[in-house]
Amino acid sequence: MLRPENEDELAEMVRGAAGPLRIEGGGTRPVGVTTGEVLSTAGLSGITLYEPGALTLVARAGTPVAEVEAALAAEGQRLPFEPMDHRALMGTGGAPTMGGMAAANASGPRRIQAGACRDSLIGVRFVDGTGAVVKNGGRVMKNVTGYDLVKLMAGARGTLGVLSEVAVKVLPRPAAQVTLRLRGLDAGRAVQAMSAALGSPYEVTGAAHRGQGAAAETLLRLEGFESQIAHRRAALSELMAPYGAVEVEDDGAAGDALWREIRDVSGLAAAEEDVWRVSVRPSDAPEAARRLEAARLLFDWGGGLIWAATDPGLDLRAALAGVAGHATLVRAAPETHAALGTFAPEAPPLAAISHGLRARFDPRGILNPGLMG
Amino acid sequence: MQMPEPNADILSRKARVVERLSAVLPEDAVIHEDHELKAYECDALTAYACPPLAAILPGSTEEVAAALRICHEERVPVVPRGSGTSLAGGALPTADSVILGVARLNEVIETNYPDRYIRVQTGRTNLSVTGAVEEDDFFYAPDPSSQLACAIAGNIAMNSGGAHCLKYGVTTNNLLGVTMVQMDGTVVEIGGAHLDAAGYDLLGVICGSEGQLGVVTEATLRILRKPEGARPVLMGFASSEVAGACVSDIIKAGVLPVAIEFMDRPCIRATDDFSGAGYPDCEALLIVEVEGSDGEIDEQIGLISQIARRHDPVELREAADADEAGRIWLGRKSAFGAMGQLGDYICLDGTIPVSELPTVLNRIGALAESYGLRVANVFHAGDGNMHPLILFDANTPGQLETAEALGADILRLCVEVGGCLTGEHGVGVEKRDLMSHQFTAEDLEAQMRVKDVFDPAWLLNPAKVFPLESSRGRRGMAA
Ligand SMILES: Cc1cc2nc3c(=O)[nH]c(=O)nc-3n(C[C@H](O)[C@H](O)[C@H](O)COP(=O)(O)OP(=O)(O)OC[C@H]3O[C@@H](n4cnc5c(N)ncnc54)[C@H](O)[C@@H]3O)c2cc1C
Repeated sequence: MLRPENEDELAEMVRGAAGPLRIEGGGTRPVGVTTGEVLSTAGLSGITLYEPGALTLVARAGTPVAEVEAALAAEGQRLPFEPMDHRALMGTGGAPTMGGMAAANASGPRRIQAGACRDSLIGVRFVDGTGAVVKNGGRVMKNVTGYDLVKLMAGARGTLGVLSEVAVKVLPRPAAQVTLRLRGLDAGRAVQAMSAALGSPYEVTGAAHRGQGAAAETLLRLEGFESQIAHRRAALSELMAPYGAVEVEDDGAAGDALWREIRDVSGLAAAEEDVWRVSVRPSDAPEAARRLEAARLLFDWGGGLIWAATDPGLDLRAALAGVAGHATLVRAAPETHAALGTFAPEAPPLAAISHGLRARFDPRGILNPGLMG
Repeated sequence: MQMPEPNADILSRKARVVERLSAVLPEDAVIHEDHELKAYECDALTAYACPPLAAILPGSTEEVAAALRICHEERVPVVPRGSGTSLAGGALPTADSVILGVARLNEVIETNYPDRYIRVQTGRTNLSVTGAVEEDDFFYAPDPSSQLACAIAGNIAMNSGGAHCLKYGVTTNNLLGVTMVQMDGTVVEIGGAHLDAAGYDLLGVICGSEGQLGVVTEATLRILRKPEGARPVLMGFASSEVAGACVSDIIKAGVLPVAIEFMDRPCIRATDDFSGAGYPDCEALLIVEVEGSDGEIDEQIGLISQIARRHDPVELREAADADEAGRIWLGRKSAFGAMGQLGDYICLDGTIPVSELPTVLNRIGALAESYGLRVANVFHAGDGNMHPLILFDANTPGQLETAEALGADILRLCVEVGGCLTGEHGVGVEKRDLMSHQFTAEDLEAQMRVKDVFDPAWLLNPAKVFPLESSRGRRGMAA
């Protein structure tokens, strides 16, 4: 295993690599099948800058997400995009790192209101496949100087470069939170209710639906200061009245636990099934659900994100043919990954662009080969 | 500012290029007479002008593709153009280029409230996107001050911001998908009405690429429900240090205003004279706007005012209703017009870490004095995006150059304190040669590689963004 202690060493190791490298932060979010010598970023650790008054934080790639979240919490702030913790779903150990989070564009329920990880990412430093050190973006939240490679690196899963440092925009943590709950809705009604809530002026920061039949529950989260929550909770309850009786969960700790379950998709953890992550237009979610009747489903982002646990080997993309969007195979046996493909195939002109980018940023094809473009 | 020599071979083939373009476009969509081409010789950075070889105004994605295919075959550079309001010379032609204007592509294609998006052709103006949905209480959040004129095409190319981006983000945070035509005429669909595009985040790279990767013809944009209401509070301070500290305290207190606007004394005075807004006579003025229901607004303004009082404001004025809100915004909204009354000006756009605000304002003052020019500051304080306005007289020989030299020094200062050259206006030609101050050769090389992939012959929007020296080898390929 290669374990650089600083960026120079990282660049040296990539430059000198004789064969493929499997890049690992905490190793908590493995995706697809890749080979090679492990290159761990764990040694590149530590928060290098945190200015609460400027809502910005910079950390080395191997810094544990938990360390950053603790530093933010001490100042009453947080990561806006509520990054998912993949450990339960994937059955992995280790500690999620800032670099891994950025490389996976890991985003949770609040993505629907506050944007994804890529939206809060304002700067990166990385080492490309040739060993060159590149910086893009910076530590300020408004920056259009040159092309936005920060976005390109977010979600590229290390295939265009190994992140060495990331800068994020952070937000204040609101004082109060409540969750409204509707019971027994089918997917169609649930998506309608969530769309109405998200289309209201009350800034719903989570809209999820899980379970079947009478056990189904539709969850809507409000966050803000105390008097704001009092107002919004009443107004949103009234708006939701046509969809059934509205229950209110106003215990903060219980609310946190509830949304952690949604965020981490813990309902689909520790099972034999394959797990797919499907991105669709929310109003297409009911049709997708109808086609996936046999699967266990969790709807987040108002229906725009569907987590599906299916029988091993089932070709979910074929089942959803004609529904706009795309599906990623998140958890499956290596043979299934090989047979169905981890990522959705791209249209030929887009595939050409992706391959072109990959070939230029990693000409030797040594960074996580087999993943992405 | 230097531009590459026009390619004589292309100039000599003008008639042929025009003829071929005319064969695939409606008659009135190909402009090639010298007197008509004047209209396309510059954008809002009027100090630089150069009439193009021709200008075309296609009416559909297919026409854009057909025209680009021809330009690609003829090896003619193409400069995409929205409404021409770029302040960075992003849409400045070269003599051997064809301007491709999207002004005729201005339809709304689809509006979807349950899924909260609108799909438009990109020649549509920013304000008219909100105009298409506001009767239903929705809006499109990014709101550049030029929103009456600027097109979504230019907003995407420049990743434009606005007064409300502290809360709602800039263009890239509100863009879901695009239809884009590559230089060789290939039409690509990226993203769509679903939330996350598959594969690499190409949408993120295209947004802000200043028309150098492809011509964007359609866009899917996120629309949001209007807040119940919004109101500002105005505060004046005895020094910019105190105002800066107040901004930081407001943010640390956990309030997230939609806008925090800052003006310094020269700007306060000019806008007040111009608009009669009744601003206080002080060194620094903040306008902080919050949103929500009446009760929510009262509470937030109460908290903000409480913080402001700790900094001994010389004035603190809370807007109680729409009328008072309008009066508070009046001066700020007319700031650029007011400065125009004082003479010619260059509008800079660097961003700095918010904590550096007082230092940077002081050093800008000192720099201005050393150049013998006046600088007024008005900017988005919450995010550190500064707009120093350098006043000069274009009729005095040499003053433009002096003003530009001062501008370059101020932008270098922004980079030096940890910020960047441009927060929302883009690099264009204006900041092109300063790029090597912010980026290493490797940093620039990585960006140029992206262009290699999308536009291997480097024909789209030539001589922008990258220092001519850095891109020389690549641009040579166009010949
Ligand atoms: C008074 C004034 C106030 C302003 N205020 C703001 C502000 O508050 N915030 C802000 O961010 N900006 C502001 N601007 C700058 C400017 O309005 C923005 O950059 C705007 O987005 C430009 O849009 P446009 O349609 O005019 O584009 P143009 O000026 O026509 O072009 C801008 C760039 O976009 C490219 N482009 C145009 N069309 C396409 C296309 N179809 N495909 C690909 N590339 C294309 C061009 O090549 C060029 O590089 C202001 C400008 C003025 C004059």
